[in-house]
Amino acid sequence: MNGDDLMPDISTMIRDTARKLLEEKKVDLVIGFEKGTLPLRSTPCFIRNSKEAEKLVWNASCENNLARYLRKRQEKIGIVAKGCDVRSIVELIKEKQLTREQVFIIGIPCNGMVDRKKIDLKLNGREILEAEEKDATLILKGYNFTETLDKEEFLHDSCRTCKYRNPVIYDVLIGNKVAENEGTDEYEEIRQFEAKSADERWQFFTEEFSQCIRCYACRNACPLCYCQECFVDNSQPQWIGKTTNLSDTLIFHVVRALHAAGRCVDCGACDRACPMGIDIRKLTRKVQMDVKQLFHYEAGISVDDIPPLATFNLDDPQEFIK
Amino acid sequence: MKEMKIAKNDLVSFLDTLITEYEVFAPVKKDSSVVFQEIYSGSEALLDYSNSQKPPKEMFFPQKERLFSYDLSPKKAGIEEPLLAEKQRIIFGIRPCDARSFVLLDRVFSGGVYKDIYYIDKRKKTLVIALGCNRPKSTCFCTSLGGGPFSQEGSDLLLIDIGQEYVVQVITDKGEELIKKHKEFMEADEQSLFSMRKVVDTAEASIKFRVDVWKVKEKLDGMFDDPFWDLVSEKCLGCSACTYLCPTCHCFDVVDEVIGQRGERIRIWDSCAFPNFTLQTSGFNPRPTIKERVRQRIMHKFKYFVDNYGVAACVGCGRCIRECPVNLDIRAVLNSILER
Repeated sequence: MNGDDLMPDISTMIRDTARKLLEEKKVDLVIGFEKGTLPLRSTPCFIRNSKEAEKLVWNASCENNLARYLRKRQEKIGIVAKGCDVRSIVELIKEKQLTREQVFIIGIPCNGMVDRKKIDLKLNGREILEAEEKDATLILKGYNFTETLDKEEFLHDSCRTCKYRNPVIYDVLIGNKVAENEGTDEYEEIRQFEAKSADERWQFFTEEFSQCIRCYACRNACPLCYCQECFVDNSQPQWIGKTTNLSDTLIFHVVRALHAAGRCVDCGACDRACPMGIDIRKLTRKVQMDVKQLFHYEAGISVDDIPPLATFNLDDPQEFIK
Repeated sequence: MKEMKIAKNDLVSFLDTLITEYEVFAPVKKDSSVVFQEIYSGSEALLDYSNSQKPPKEMFFPQKERLFSYDLSPKKAGIEEPLLAEKQRIIFGIRPCDARSFVLLDRVFSGGVYKDIYYIDKRKKTLVIALGCNRPKSTCFCTSLGGGPFSQEGSDLLLIDIGQEYVVQVITDKGEELIKKHKEFMEADEQSLFSMRKVVDTAEASIKFRVDVWKVKEKLDGMFDDPFWDLVSEKCLGCSACTYLCPTCHCFDVVDEVIGQRGERIRIWDSCAFPNFTLQTSGFNPRPTIKERVRQRIMHKFKYFVDNYGVAACVGCGRCIRECPVNLDIRAVLNSILER
């Protein structure tokens, strides 16, 4: 099956599934994607009426992690979920933010989502006015240009190293399972970064995080950043300064990354949301790699796993206690 | 209004001369985006760009600004006012939409009873040289907000690229004085003005999205309790990417940063999208959910600001449209309001 057949098919199947779920009152709400207002952009949508199921789409720009919208709802929810969304759902269930019964997971095997920032860089400022996905390519048109790009080359970094493209749990799976990305070393880039000198690393963090405007798009896009009151918002006591001083900004990002230890599924939502293009995953992935090495644990795989930081074993590594 | 021209080849030397006398800020390429920063050579200025990632409001209303410092120790107790800018500044190459945002900010910071000395000082000492927008982006809708790709409001001089040269529209006396001092400028001839009109017409016609903001305002007058806000806000993440990247959003908070006996009172950007924005000391929050916050953003821009100043607090630059992590498009919101 080529992409041309695949994409419309999956959209149609999602619509049919959503329509049926709503008509049969198995769910009150379906959260999925609809066509966005810009090329290469799909946008989250909330369907309560089966007639509106027509709006639902599936393509390589369904990049948001919809698990972010699941908490604090009374309704029974159907959710269109790719591999990383499902892993976040697993975490939310584990953390008792959601019950398994409350969600109907419309699982979608995912070939990765395209990164508009990478494409913008490639186009060097030329604006895309029309975009079409065809097989493994993207056909982009703008003022006096047409470019055909290989989709694979422009995937988000998190998609390139993702090892759970197929949902780990679901109520219905739409489309065929896709091949998993077994061969790649997902932490190669982090290891290379760690090999750099402290000065080089510090310079990198200084440059990256001095761009931060403290808009908290990263935090708010994250399905697992759901503290009742985030430590940065707390005013009594005020844990950190509110300005864009590098020390304050870095503390925010470092604490956020540490708070996601053993919980972060590396969906990349923080990176994608950042309007300043900051490489936030450098921090979250280091923490994720450490959790995997120290506790042989990956988040979002099974609802029965006990989170590594919520338990202990007598043989837990303890080299850090010296 | 006087119309002059300058050859493209002369622009760098013009900027070089300006740099000797002024702090000159211009668009500069940084990684994949464009930022406004001080340049030390005319050749650093990027002239072929669409717009900067962050709006230039920071030139007058920085994200963090020290209002004063204080010392509480018994011997040195007192307040130290910050030094005001000494050098005259020039912002070169900003887009007309952003130049127009200064005029809107003026109404807040210097138009009424309360005069903001920090803002006014910087504004007075700054000359604005805008660069017309030959190819607006698909997300631009300045023409619906009373501006346009060559709008003059907020600029002292406006440059219009007509190929080998720029036509220079001399908008203010400040602009005229500057031009007089530089020999690179000549009176624009009929040929140049003809080319300019063509460029202007083409660019203006390329802006497709139109919305009647006065009709939006009329609708909003009766929409405070409309269930519409539940629907339109459902996907909003509650971050401040839209408001911080907006050239006209100007809400701020004031915080004290204290170390021992010394402290600084600092003004920082704040956003109506945040839960703390209206949280009261009693613990009550009149805008408890995202719904009320999204409503506030739209109402402030298209109703309250119009009520207060007779103009909408939006210049149609499209930054919020391009940068919203969930594609909550303000144009779609405005259209939906009109459909209510």
